[in-house]
Amino acid sequence: MDAIISTLAKIPGALPGAVAQGLIWGIMAIGLYFTYRILEVSDLTVDGSFATGGAVCIVLMLNGFNPWLALLMAFIAGLLCGLVTGLLHTAFGIPAILAGILTQLALYSINLKIIGKSNQSINVDKYDLLVSLRWVKELALKNPLITVAIITVAIIAIFYWFFGTEMGCSIRATGANLAMSRAQGINTNMNKVLGIMVANALVATSGALLSQYQGFADVNMGRGAIVIGLASIIIGEAVFGKIFRNFALQLLSVSFGAVIYYVVVQVVITIGLDANLLKLLSAAVVAVFLAIPHLKSKYFAKPVKVTEDEEEVTENA
Amino acid sequence: MLDICKVHKSFNVGTVNEKKVLRGLNLHLKEGDFVTVIGGNGAGKSTMLNMVAGVYPVDSGKITIGGNDVTKLPEYKRAKFIGRVFQDPMTGTAATMQIEENLALAARRGKSRGLKIGITKAEREHYRELLKTLDLGLEDRLTSKVGLLSGGQRQALTLLMATMNNPQLLLLDEHTAALDPKTALKVLTLSAKIVEENNLTTLMITHNMNDAIKYGNRLIMMNNGRIIFDVSGEEKKKLTTADLLEKFKISAGEELANDRVLLS
Repeated sequence: MDAIISTLAKIPGALPGAVAQGLIWGIMAIGLYFTYRILEVSDLTVDGSFATGGAVCIVLMLNGFNPWLALLMAFIAGLLCGLVTGLLHTAFGIPAILAGILTQLALYSINLKIIGKSNQSINVDKYDLLVSLRWVKELALKNPLITVAIITVAIIAIFYWFFGTEMGCSIRATGANLAMSRAQGINTNMNKVLGIMVANALVATSGALLSQYQGFADVNMGRGAIVIGLASIIIGEAVFGKIFRNFALQLLSVSFGAVIYYVVVQVVITIGLDANLLKLLSAAVVAVFLAIPHLKSKYFAKPVKVTEDEEEVTENA
Repeated sequence: MLDICKVHKSFNVGTVNEKKVLRGLNLHLKEGDFVTVIGGNGAGKSTMLNMVAGVYPVDSGKITIGGNDVTKLPEYKRAKFIGRVFQDPMTGTAATMQIEENLALAARRGKSRGLKIGITKAEREHYRELLKTLDLGLEDRLTSKVGLLSGGQRQALTLLMATMNNPQLLLLDEHTAALDPKTALKVLTLSAKIVEENNLTTLMITHNMNDAIKYGNRLIMMNNGRIIFDVSGEEKKKLTTADLLEKFKISAGEELANDRVLLS
């Protein structure tokens, strides 16, 4: 009994860190929302571009770059990652999933080259980090929770504005109906490339923030990122889908989804789950949630009553 | 207005399934022509429309719209000249977007899309007026998702989107075939009204011979990738379905044995 209480007593202390991690991954999940939900493209580049963002940011900071500038460069690196996948998909006709896998694999080598080894740490005392887990429990402006929350809100605000513009609407149309979009004069290929670029830019930004937060960049830090991103989107929709109708709130729910994911992960680890099983658990959760709509429609669909009107039509036809 | 010149198109070239769909097709449309197109399955009607719209490239030949050579233009660039309504009501509109958003997308066809706001207040009022002309009650549902509409409503909306900025050419690809007879008649009547009011140059494919005779000022019959019968003006008005079947027999040397054509 005492053991259980002492275990549970550890949970509150671990929460700020889990929330900070969740918020940072939430930025990545918002990027994924862009491709997965709006463009309806499954982009696996993210596993690579997440680490690219971290690598670029840390290496540039070690070389004396201003942290904000390093973050911007990570953003641009993400744009380039997306450009490669986008062109492989549109200009060369490779299915989106495969194009993403190819870029992701290539990025593993590139990330190794950027860092020069598999892992590079950065000292919080010597460098002016934007976010660090050292301050996560402090009531101060440099608390990473505040910085990341501000960045998240800014990104959501920009997205909200952008998807209301002519260009933003045309990107949404591209995801909704390709044939219709082209018939309405929309350059669907360009929109796909643009969308995949921006999404990966956000993913790389998220990776850059995470590597600052944890104090190192690692070539493997993006492994399974797509699953975490999908989990965040799905959790967000499951928990807030009914109440958050507005587009900005839907994006916020993705961020909240990531926070919930990391809080849950933190709790199960604190309770004593083998951390090695974490990815298995994540994959299982995402698989179940993705399967539910399909199974529901297949086995639990309510029979539709045939109305008199429809019967009449059938007779006429 | 529209010139299709010696257009050839084959599919699955080099395989056992090779099919020559268009064999040196020639067609010239004058401004304001409303042409109905009939023909059996596989005659090349839809392929002709898709060639004009740029869905896939021609093997050889030339297509001009209003004097502009569009043969090499991608589909999205040709959209500047063309309004289209498809056979499947799901194809012409974006289900997950609002009615007014769909209209705003169509309003910007052929224009550059920048970072200006997607729908202005003035536009919204304009759309409300446009939707009133459909007489489907859609003017009160501007922000409803299009996915909530019926097939007929979606087809009417697509028609509005296709014609709202007076395209040089309107392509209707069996756009009432998937609708029930009552709705089909309504959409068809509406199409004819819009075409007439705006004097739109139109190509309409139909499987219904009565409709082909009733609407438009010119009728063409296709078989095996060519036009085998072309009639307009007074002569067209006097046509009967029996005439058409007879014409087909003479020109094609076979019966127009197609259930959909015969039954409709």
